[in-house]
Amino acid sequence: MPNESLEVENLHLWRGDRHVLKGVGFSLAEGACLEVTGVNGSGKTTLLRTLCGLMYPEEGRVRWRGRDVRGDLRAFHAALAYLGHEPPLKADLSARENLHFWIGVRRRVSSAELDEVLARVGARAWCERLVRTLSAGQKRRVALAGLALLAVPLWLLDEPTTNLDAEGRRLVGSLIAEQLARGGTVVAAVHQELPAEVRGAQRLELTA
Amino acid sequence: MTWTWFHRLGSPPYVYALAARLTPWFAWPAALLIAAGLWGGLVLAPPDYQQGDGFRIIYVHAPSAWMSLMVYMTMAVAAAIGLVWRIKVGHAVAAACAPIGASFTFAALVTGALWGEPMWGTYWEWDPRLTSELILLFLYLGYMGLRAGLEDTQRADRASGLLAVAGVVNVPIIHYSVTWWNSLHQAPSVMQLGKPTMPPAMLVPLLMMLAGFTLYFAAVLLVRLRGEVLSRERAASWIHEVLKA
Amino acid sequence: MSGRAPSAAGALARAATVEEGGAGTLGLDATAALRAAWLALLRDLTLAFRKRGQLIQPLAFFAMVTMLFPLAISPELARLRALAPGVLWVAALLASLLALEFLFRDDAYDGTLEQYALSGQSLTWLMFAKTAAHWLLTGLPLALMAPLAALSLGVSVSALPGIVASVTVGSVTLSLIGSIGAALTLGIKRSGALLSLLTLPLSLPVLIFGARATELAINGASLLAPLELLAALAVLGVTLAPLAAAAAVRISLE
Repeated sequence: MPNESLEVENLHLWRGDRHVLKGVGFSLAEGACLEVTGVNGSGKTTLLRTLCGLMYPEEGRVRWRGRDVRGDLRAFHAALAYLGHEPPLKADLSARENLHFWIGVRRRVSSAELDEVLARVGARAWCERLVRTLSAGQKRRVALAGLALLAVPLWLLDEPTTNLDAEGRRLVGSLIAEQLARGGTVVAAVHQELPAEVRGAQRLELTA
Repeated sequence: MTWTWFHRLGSPPYVYALAARLTPWFAWPAALLIAAGLWGGLVLAPPDYQQGDGFRIIYVHAPSAWMSLMVYMTMAVAAAIGLVWRIKVGHAVAAACAPIGASFTFAALVTGALWGEPMWGTYWEWDPRLTSELILLFLYLGYMGLRAGLEDTQRADRASGLLAVAGVVNVPIIHYSVTWWNSLHQAPSVMQLGKPTMPPAMLVPLLMMLAGFTLYFAAVLLVRLRGEVLSRERAASWIHEVLKA
Repeated sequence: MSGRAPSAAGALARAATVEEGGAGTLGLDATAALRAAWLALLRDLTLAFRKRGQLIQPLAFFAMVTMLFPLAISPELARLRALAPGVLWVAALLASLLALEFLFRDDAYDGTLEQYALSGQSLTWLMFAKTAAHWLLTGLPLALMAPLAALSLGVSVSALPGIVASVTVGSVTLSLIGSIGAALTLGIKRSGALLSLLTLPLSLPVLIFGARATELAINGASLLAPLELLAALAVLGVTLAPLAAAAAVRISLE
């Protein structure tokens, strides 16, 4: 029986008068992926942010590796990577510099590692240009590079394939597949399905 | 048993009902004390040997000033409870306190100005206490402004709560620096009657006004609190039960 | 841990050690927090220098406000000298307020602030780093410009070192107090007036002590007492303000 890595119990969250999360619960083992679907406004982003600990549920609990995340939120954060709708990049830095600062704040990252991962996402040609000159798809690739560099066990992704072409979607698929193969856990909010490279994902549908 | 009582205070329906029951217990004594205090202070107490009848405004000014500070403390404590233990009723209390405190502060400033005119011939003096009151008014306005600027009630509660707590830490510092500033520039006399030197005939009505104002604050707070709870919980099911009854 | 396929790429293979090592690769918590803070500082400084034009704005504002007083009151240097402490400090306070809006705004907008909150590093240290960068870019230049403004108001050269010292120390506290207000008002549209309303009452002690220090400097007396008070406020600010700013940032991310 594989270890349960992420367990969520009965999450309830209100935003003002709206009951956004209505008793959400699921359990993920190591190497498992959860696909969260739902129409706009059904609470996918809210769920991800609650899992991160950015939002505080009125009821319910999130457990990582058997321990309530509220007990040591900082350690939990050190073990997760969250990618929101917009890639977290400064427009006036280059892709390379962005990664250097973003990942560097979390762990030491060498120049060689940067080169490697930028090549992996196909950014070698334009990684020294300022991010403000890049297209939305290119920015998304840089964000994925950051994700790969962080090398953490839990990935929380909000619509990771936005703005990506078919090749980009394959990249996302293979990155997720590799993460799962390593024993990592992935929760991804999506509008359509995850790329075909990701097999055997659990599904959770949120209703508005 | 006391612990359950404390826990129940965190429940909006319980607080709503409790506030309704308690209000008359504060409102009537407040009215009586204020009436008695005003009678004692405005009519019965002898005129001050220095200021004549002009000093009588102290019966409104001093309690207002005192309450303006006490309400701020209450607001900060309630907000801190709401922040630390995430008890929504705490935030509701803080929200209810703010306009009351701001009104007391405004009253203290106006009565202070009215007192100043016959005493020194000018409506405003930058004496340390009036200046501190003015700064306190800005602290209240900032608190209410921050609440008003944030649409999400939860974020408004928590942000303004943090502001209130930061303000409380600063109030002693601000007061000290204003007093220091004032002493440097030798501004004219302060408008206070030393409490120890006041004869009982003057002091007793003042204390009655003080007690009366405190009870008045409690009564108004309870009424406003019910309004706050209603507005925050308007989507909850218990509201329908209560409004039907 | 079982069930892990070996990765091909070298960097990604390091994921194995990071998963197990966790905090191990980050070293001691304190060292990690300092490293993170240092990087955050460097990043903000780098970004500011990419938009060098914007750095001048608070300084230009400071100069302009100072200029308003002779025009509005009188060009007589003797009169201006008497007003100089107040004018300098009010102008510095307003210029500092102007620059505060940008402390967190861009980071909140592009999602990097959120990444700081999720970095697993001490958000307090990161806030301290950002405020330090802000001070280096606005407060310190203001302190260096203050002598010029003072000279234009008829202040003698002997008073200038004291003025630089007091504005340097005072502006540290102004940046720190301002960071709390800026964090609280994140995302509020046109928050300039509200930010001022929140920050100014809390900044009054700095104004009072700073103006007093400047006055003493102009009169040739020792300004040690108010300067020490300014330093005490700065120390209090450094200890408490980043903590409050971090709490305020988390509140705004909720």
